[in-house]
Formats: sequence, structure tokens, C-alpha cells
Amino acid sequence: MIERRPMLDLLAHLILLIGVLLVAFPVYVTFVASTQTAAEVQQAPMSLLPGSHMIENYKQVIMGGSTTGSSAPVGRMMWVSLVTALVIAVGKISISLLSAFAVVYFRFPGRMLCFWMIFLTLMLPVEVRISPTYQVVAGLGLLNSYAGLTLPLIASATATFLFRQFFMTVPDELAEAARIDGASPMRFLRDILLPLSRTSIAALFVIQFIYGWNQYLWPLLVTTQEDMYPVVIGIRRMIAGGDAATEWNLVMATAMLAMLPPAAVVVLMQRWFVKGLVDAEK
Amino acid sequence: MNTSAVAGQKRVVFSGLVLPYLLLAPQLIITVVFFFWPAAQALWQSLQMQDAFGIGSEFVGFENFTMLFSTPEYLASFRLTAAFSSAVAVSGLVIALVLAVMANRVIRAATAYKTLLIWPYAVAPAIAAVLWLFLFSPAVGILALALRQVGVDWNHLLNGDQAFLLVVITSVWKQVSYNFLFFLAGLQSIPRSLLEAAAIDGAGPWRRFRTIVFPLLSPTTFFLLVVNVIYAFFDTFAVIDAATQGGPGGQTAVLVYKVYQDGFKGLDLGSSAAQSVVLMAIVTVLTVMQFRYIDRRVQY
Repeated sequence: MIERRPMLDLLAHLILLIGVLLVAFPVYVTFVASTQTAAEVQQAPMSLLPGSHMIENYKQVIMGGSTTGSSAPVGRMMWVSLVTALVIAVGKISISLLSAFAVVYFRFPGRMLCFWMIFLTLMLPVEVRISPTYQVVAGLGLLNSYAGLTLPLIASATATFLFRQFFMTVPDELAEAARIDGASPMRFLRDILLPLSRTSIAALFVIQFIYGWNQYLWPLLVTTQEDMYPVVIGIRRMIAGGDAATEWNLVMATAMLAMLPPAAVVVLMQRWFVKGLVDAEK
Repeated sequence: MNTSAVAGQKRVVFSGLVLPYLLLAPQLIITVVFFFWPAAQALWQSLQMQDAFGIGSEFVGFENFTMLFSTPEYLASFRLTAAFSSAVAVSGLVIALVLAVMANRVIRAATAYKTLLIWPYAVAPAIAAVLWLFLFSPAVGILALALRQVGVDWNHLLNGDQAFLLVVITSVWKQVSYNFLFFLAGLQSIPRSLLEAAAIDGAGPWRRFRTIVFPLLSPTTFFLLVVNVIYAFFDTFAVIDAATQGGPGGQTAVLVYKVYQDGFKGLDLGSSAAQSVVLMAIVTVLTVMQFRYIDRRVQY
């Protein structure tokens, strides 16, 4: 602090507390609603104290889904989301690591062309090419499959740039020494570069896991069977029955479950999360 | 953009004729199959028009585009998107900046506040929409009921302005944490000696903020502005689809939503493809702006 101004400090705490409350309020109400019966939630206004039906509600959605909207079990949806998020995160990291290695450590014809091709993907997010990408995926017979859910999202220019940037900071002497000792490029990648990249990999993993878990538009298009819905899509189908018929207590239990894994990843891996976020934008 | 800096390479390189291509193959194959091929298809389809039965199509040049820009709904969607992204970007940035400046003041507690403020980043946009939808649900939402108590008849299913407000609130709520992190990092990198010197010269906190902190923060602000506009343009699709589905009467159907609506619901492929091409142009401009900014920051 530059100078002592107790009143200003108090004001700062006050504003921050209001900020924290505003951020937390919707989630608190969600939690409360997920512990009440449907009738209790329908009461206007509902009680803002947790009810006693938490275990029952969560059990119901995990095993069986809602009764008025979609009846697909949320447990299955969580599994689909988890597989999708993991495949996207691990896939992006692997293919970006390899291509960044090629671009930085090799000299070969067409290197700049490859680099620009990767760069151009930045300008083609899924949202702008939905119909044609859907046609390609449908043509390959990948609808309602994990491959269809993940492959079109797996190429990433940002991850490639991040690794490229990191590789540029690795001392040249390491590659030179490896070469003199007769290590093959792949050996150098596996035994030297990979261990050195651990932090970057962890940071990227956090960001890409959240990215994969939270996907919406793409799964909405390529999944038509309930057993391939990720949870983010499943919850959307649960409220499709109209305002009055919605079993909000079950929807809210599903929302809590859907938020839990990515929020846990952010809070538990906060250090890497912040690093990944800041690095990925450089 | 300085390409040699971006595509930089090591002085020490490995030799190999086939290996680099093998290493690049997975990424390039996915890029070509799922990015370039569909993008080329979109470009091609945007120049075609399907007949009424969807059997054949003929080359019509730029007719899809001229038709698009003479449709009142599309122009309305353009204006709507401009209003929506300005509202999301400006309010998201202002709130985050206030919070970051305050957090930067209470140094010791800053980490705790940071943890409490950043996690909405992890919440999926569609889930965020469900949370706010519940709070504002005309039948059971406690905020809708509270508003009714003070005489505001809240029903975003009928009132377009209220639907617009709902998607803006949801989008801002989700994005504030991201902006907050970047502003806090920016604030913490401002040299303390500058601020101390100004304080000794008698500049109060507000004056210091206005004349030193805010100007030094301007690269961060500009960067966040671009990122937030991109976010409002594309990532909010999930918010809109889950909260309002573009309604009522198209009053929350932003450009991205219209591509989806016309392509998948309306099955008007030519028009949808033309809209995709317009969006690609917008993304390209925004991405170039983002990268130009990075070039400038390097010289700092």
C-alpha cells in the first residue's frame, strides 16, 4: 500500500465482498433448490435455506434423470462429458506438442506453409463453419460417437504456439549435446523436452479440460441419442418441457453436478490454471 | 506481423526427411479435414442457391450476400450483435477493473479474493444460463418475484428487452472472472516506485489511478476488449440457446445464433453459408487486431 487510508481499505473490502456475493449467489440458490422437493421449489418464493432432500434428488438424477423432461441418467452424461473432455485435452496437447517440435527443431520444405495452415485455424472457430463441418462428420459416419464429439475440436493453434514459444526458450546446448551423444530426435523429445515441458502441459491441460467439458454447440449438433449426450446438453433437454413442468430441483442438482468437475479442476490446480490462461493468450 | 518472430526456429536443428512431416501429420490431417474442407464448402455453398425442393443447386455468384444484406432481419441481427457485444464487453470490463483495483489495494487478502472470484470461469456458458434462467423464471424465480414486488413485471419470454438483459447478465457474470485475472496481473506489474513518487508529490488515489495506472493498463484493456468481443460474438451461443433460444421474436438472435437457426432449423444452406462467410471475415479482423496488439506489447 502506498499510504494508509483505513476508510479506503474498508471500502475495498466492501466492494470485493459484494463482488464475491454476486458471483456466488446464483450457485447458492442452485444448491438450495437441489436440496428441496419439486413442490417446495414451486412455492413462490422458495425458501433460501437448504432442504432435506439432497441425497434423494442427486440419487434420482444420477440414476434416472428427470420424469417430465429427458429421462436419461445424468451419471451416464457425466461419463460422456468426462471422456470427451479428457480426449480433447490429451489429444490437443499431444498433437500440438508433436507439431511444435517439428516446426521448431527441423528445417524442411513447406515448413512455413504448415505453420500458416495451423495459424489459420484460429480464424475458423466451430461456430462459423457449423453446417459444412456437420456434413463432413456425418459423411464420415461419426455422428453420436466420441470421435465425432472430439476430433473436430482437437486441432488447436493456441496450444501449438504455446509449446513453440516454450521450446524457443529451451537452451540450444541441450539439443546440441543430445545430438553429439547420438540421441535420435524422438529420444530428445521424450527424455529431455517432455520432462522440461511439464508445467506447460499441466497448464494447458487445465484450460483444455474446461474447454472440452463446457462444449455446447458442437455436441448439440452431433449427438441425437440420449446415451451420447454430454451433461451440458442433457441439462438443456431437461428444461425443454416448458416453465411450469420443469422439475427445477432435479435440474439444479444436475447443474451442481455439471459444475463440480471443472470448478474442482480450477480451484485445485489454480496455479497452473492462471499460468495456462495467461500463457495461452500470449 | 513479423512472421520470422512468430515462426521462429532453433539454430541447432535435427535432420530428417520424413520425420517432421510425420510429426505434423496428425494436426495437419485434422486441420484439413475438419477446418479447411468445411470452410471451403462454406465458401462454395455461399455462392450457390438451392432450388425449392432441395434437389439441385445453381451458381448464383454473390446473390446470397446481396439478399442477406437486404433482409431486415439480418440487419437487425447485426445491430443486435453490436449492441450485445458492446454491453457484454463494457460492463464486463468495468466491473472486473473495479474489483481488480480493489483487490490490488488489499494486498494480503488479494489471493483469497482471487480464489473466490475466478471459479465462474469453469462454469459452462449453458449452465450459467440455466442458473440465471432459474433466478429469473417468471413462475418460480426468486429475482423475478422480487422484481414483481417492486412493480416490475418480469417475463423474458414475452419481453424482448428483458430477454436481452438476461443474456447480457449471464454472459457478464461468466466473463468477469477472466477479465479480473488479467487486470489484476496488469496492476501487479505496474512499478510501485512510480506510484510512490506520485503519492509523495501529493497525488491522491483517484488522481494516481487516472493519470498513471489506467494509462499503463491500456494494453491489457485493449487486449481484453478484443477477447471480450470475440467471446460475446461466439461463445455466448450456448447462453442464448439455453436461456432464450433467440426469442422472443428474434430479439436475442445474434449473428451466430442466426447461422444455426437458418442452417439447421430453416435448412436454408445458401444463406447460412453466406452468414458463415461474413462471420469468418469478422473473426479474421478480430484475430489480426489481437495479434497486432501482441507485436506492440513486445516492444514495451
